[in-house]
Amino acid sequence: MSIALLLFLVFVSATLVITFWAARRQTGASSYFAANRSITGWQNGLAVAGDYMSAASFLGIAGMIAFQGFDGFMYSVGWLVAYLTVLLIVAEPLRNLGKYTMADVLAYRLNARPVRAMASLSTLTVSTFYMVAQMVGSGALVKLLLKGSGVTFEMAVIGVGILMIIYVVFGGMLATTWVQIIKAVLLLGGTLFLSIMVLAHFGFNIQSFFDAVGHVVYHDKTGVEVTKDFMTPGLKFKPPYGALELLSLGLALIFGTAGLPHILVRFYTVPDAKTARVSVVWAMILIGCFYIMTTFLGFGAATIVGPDHIAANGGNNMSAPLLAERLGGEVFFAFISAIAFATILAVVAGLTISASTSFAHDFFSNVIKHGKAQTPEKEVFVARITAFVVGGIAIAIAILLGEKANVAFLVGLAFAVAASGNLPVIVLTIFWKRFNTAGAVSGLATGLGVSIILILLSPAVRGPHAIFPLDNPGIVSIPLGFIGAILGTLLSGDKGKPELYDELVVRGNTGHGAEKASSH
Amino acid sequence: MAKSRDKHPGIDFTGTTGSETDIAPLGTSKKKPAHEKTAKEELGKVNWTGIAKMAEFKALLAARRKFVLPASIFFVVYYFSLPILVGYFPDLMKTKIWGYVNIAYVFAFSQFFMAWIIAILYVRAAKKWDAETKSLMDIAHARKFIGGRS
Repeated sequence: MSIALLLFLVFVSATLVITFWAARRQTGASSYFAANRSITGWQNGLAVAGDYMSAASFLGIAGMIAFQGFDGFMYSVGWLVAYLTVLLIVAEPLRNLGKYTMADVLAYRLNARPVRAMASLSTLTVSTFYMVAQMVGSGALVKLLLKGSGVTFEMAVIGVGILMIIYVVFGGMLATTWVQIIKAVLLLGGTLFLSIMVLAHFGFNIQSFFDAVGHVVYHDKTGVEVTKDFMTPGLKFKPPYGALELLSLGLALIFGTAGLPHILVRFYTVPDAKTARVSVVWAMILIGCFYIMTTFLGFGAATIVGPDHIAANGGNNMSAPLLAERLGGEVFFAFISAIAFATILAVVAGLTISASTSFAHDFFSNVIKHGKAQTPEKEVFVARITAFVVGGIAIAIAILLGEKANVAFLVGLAFAVAASGNLPVIVLTIFWKRFNTAGAVSGLATGLGVSIILILLSPAVRGPHAIFPLDNPGIVSIPLGFIGAILGTLLSGDKGKPELYDELVVRGNTGHGAEKASSH
Repeated sequence: MAKSRDKHPGIDFTGTTGSETDIAPLGTSKKKPAHEKTAKEELGKVNWTGIAKMAEFKALLAARRKFVLPASIFFVVYYFSLPILVGYFPDLMKTKIWGYVNIAYVFAFSQFFMAWIIAILYVRAAKKWDAETKSLMDIAHARKFIGGRS
């Protein structure tokens, strides 16, 4: 147990060192928010991949597949194919319109205040959901690592949460980018090694691997020993609503990535749209390979470790670390756990920064204070308070949900909110001439409101007393988000400004006037 | 590359908000840095509408659409076939074709390759659009739609 803790502390210290190094190199907001746009294509590809390969992908998917087989794979597929939406539709126009955040693109030809306010609210919501998922994962991880020392899940979440809040105060975009890159390399390496060990366990015989997956033995909820074919779909998504759930999830994943503020913001850290494009392709290659490997991890955990052992040792989120322990002993367990933890730290840092900055800058300065000049100290103060509050809320919700809540599922909800609120307005502002401020505000409000209300009424929150039958609201909230945006536009008298749209179209397609990389 | 802090010893270079390179400046009293001007504020410097009406620009938009629209429809249909088939035709998808490997797994696996192939095709097509954009902007410059800077 001490090796695990030691390696763990080494990794955490290393990420803190990188943070301090980056903090000292900062030379202004362009550095803090966009790493001076100095990140190259493959570096950004690694960073984007790193952001994406969070606790949800690594711990959550492996866990879902370890307990429910094929159905967990549906998450992997959706999460990779989603990048086509980003590549074909969103990445280049976003970079060419040359701003720092998603809200800046929306405010380009629309009325800034209401749009920034809504976009800020949306960013906060999506980030909080995403963060809750990471907190649950890290709480379970730390609890498992410190097994035997009496640390409960709640204590672990609070401890990790405090560490993360401290981490965020010093970090910036440069720090998180480099931490993501390094972590991505370690995570890919560790996952590759673990996958090879899984196959080695089966003598590199693919046939016997899949045969074992077809006969997973465990005890179900009633204590009866069952043998299930984990290659078959349907263990998670069952009738009567299974098919609709799958569709709803698919919609959320495909349309959600292109609406995630903390992913979109990475496209501003590269010099131009062409580099942004290249970085998406790099990210797709890395993420695709990673997801294929995590399915081997999930199946490996199901067959080699077994759902019973995992359930008794921290729950489904711990499938990958426990597999590492079974195949490589304590050292490997420590290594994988430390990487998973570094992963979570890096992602949460990025989320908290984008959320608290969005609130402090967009909402506080531009909305509450009506755009009146605020002293730098005050704005930083507000950002810090927001980081505390957002972190505190995430801790509270994580504790409420408990360690058994699968992190991939929680992140899927974040995707649903992003897909319903953010994506419709991003797409419409880029492609629809008639789109106006009223449409943006109503689209964001509808998408956000409907998805959250449906989540609160879902079986995930209300259990058997659910009013809305699906866990993921995507199939209802995404179309409603689009309809809200379209109706809001048409019902308002504001005809928009065609000459501004011409500018947006020319800039978006040619890159003329986009913010270039700075030299320092 | 000489660092700013070496050229100006003793000056505190800690990043501040409200600096020249800041995103949207605080309040409305200060002049905005060039990159932060909204579309409305920069109108008049470049004849955007002029460029938008150029035949070459319209050709660029058409070329983009010709790829992106069918590609998007294809990947959306290919992807959503998976949850639809798995959800509504489970017996078909559960059919084993090699040991325990069934159609569902093979189809899901193929989605990865579909995504990678479309991504690579897009990058190839986009290279052509980059060249078209360059010549288009040269023409726009020649027609004085863009003043001064290239």
